[in-house]
Amino acid sequence: MARTRDTVVLNEWVACGWPDKVAVGESYRTAIFGQDIEVARLGKDAFGIFELDEAGRRGRQLPVQVRYCCVFTTLGEPTRPLPEIAEFDEPDRRIASCGSVGVHTSPYRIIENFLDMAHFSFVHTDILGAEDRTEVLAYKTEHRRDVDEIWAIDCQFFQPAASRASKDGQMTTYAYRVMSPFSVMLYKNVFGDDTRNDAICVFVQPMQETECLAYMPMALVDPDSAMASIIDFQQTIFLQDRVILENQRPALLPLDPGREVPTRADASSIAFRRWLKAQNLQFGIYEKQAA
Amino acid sequence: MAIKLYDYSLSGSCYKVRLLLDFLELDYEKRQMDFYPGREHRSLEFKQLNPLGQLPVLEDDGVRLRDAQAILCHLANKYDRSGQWLPRDPGSFGSVMMWLMFAGGELMAASAARLHDALGYDLDIEAARRNAHAAFRILDDHLTKREIEGGTWIVGEHPTLADIACFPYTALSSDGGIGREDYPALRNWLRAFHHLPKFKAMSGIAEFA
Repeated sequence: MARTRDTVVLNEWVACGWPDKVAVGESYRTAIFGQDIEVARLGKDAFGIFELDEAGRRGRQLPVQVRYCCVFTTLGEPTRPLPEIAEFDEPDRRIASCGSVGVHTSPYRIIENFLDMAHFSFVHTDILGAEDRTEVLAYKTEHRRDVDEIWAIDCQFFQPAASRASKDGQMTTYAYRVMSPFSVMLYKNVFGDDTRNDAICVFVQPMQETECLAYMPMALVDPDSAMASIIDFQQTIFLQDRVILENQRPALLPLDPGREVPTRADASSIAFRRWLKAQNLQFGIYEKQAA
Repeated sequence: MAIKLYDYSLSGSCYKVRLLLDFLELDYEKRQMDFYPGREHRSLEFKQLNPLGQLPVLEDDGVRLRDAQAILCHLANKYDRSGQWLPRDPGSFGSVMMWLMFAGGELMAASAARLHDALGYDLDIEAARRNAHAAFRILDDHLTKREIEGGTWIVGEHPTLADIACFPYTALSSDGGIGREDYPALRNWLRAFHHLPKFKAMSGIAEFA
């Protein structure tokens, strides 16, 4: 396994665990961008993260931030801070860490699938979409240059069971927010309350170009559901996606607009891919293979 | 409600029980467990229900059972008036039992591979995939023989508990990086299972095949 030389991605913060993955005093080995690392839990929210050489010996110590139920680190010098997600600080929120799920594909395909509404009726049938209501209504995409984020706003989709709290179908309003090439989140209106939004994130740990872990922390307005039930709901959704994601070819994401033909419903994907291309990313991208 | 299932939606073993409960049209209460990442099945409270710390557990009018295969037998024995799912004739009963043991034994290698790939379990993935392929070979050979005899199901003329018990981890194998390209009879059997009345898919398994 070789560490990528792509400095663009090396300069991003990426998730590499969640606090309760190991007990205090224990450590585990994992990898980011092809670089083996060791994550040692020193205290409740205190971690020491180290690069490992080929013999498995500890080398350089890496920066750490623990937020949003995830442990983040970086191999480079980030210019982009971790995103601010205010919902995680609201006192009545149910904060759920769903652990991580392994997915064999490019990190960007995981992000792109999260942005996609067109698959709801077919992959998440009777939950996030219904087979007789498949239309993706027109929505807007924006590149917010002040924070360098991609947003998709005014999104709407009919959902038979939008969340564990749902008691009936509803027209759900969504906003999507791509915060880095490896992190994305959505805001969707809470069942029965249009004034508040559930906040659901996906942080991707790219171990190698087509080997990732996905973390799904959530900050929900749902006073009633059991935590186990909230987690079960989210994991059910994600494992429906996972089998689709692992069958997408090529696994690396193509950025040449002629390679995969988008439709209007893919506006967020188009904005995301343009944004990736403008950053001149190499890691996890298909085209460099041909070059 | 009389029947209570300690359940985890992503568990293929719990799915065996949910399939039969649906086939028999039985009402039941679900207690969702935080299997991952919470490891609730290893908690002291749950070990009082099942000292092995494994899902599923079923409670039914004072009877508490662990082990998916045992639970299938209990439900069929108590509720299946047709006798189809657990045939009692001497020509079928032993064979159904044999394939139930296979489902809870050798086939569980495919479950291990899935736990490794999807949920990050630390285990020998190459051994798990190798053992799963060996089990699939045995099941595919058997189903090939059944096809030659004109049969569709693992035992006899109707689907039985043997089919229910063997279905989940076979159908979920690609979640653990185990392809089914080399097992044509097994694929035909999976497809037939999808078409059973009241069949429901789970995450990782297509609704239609």
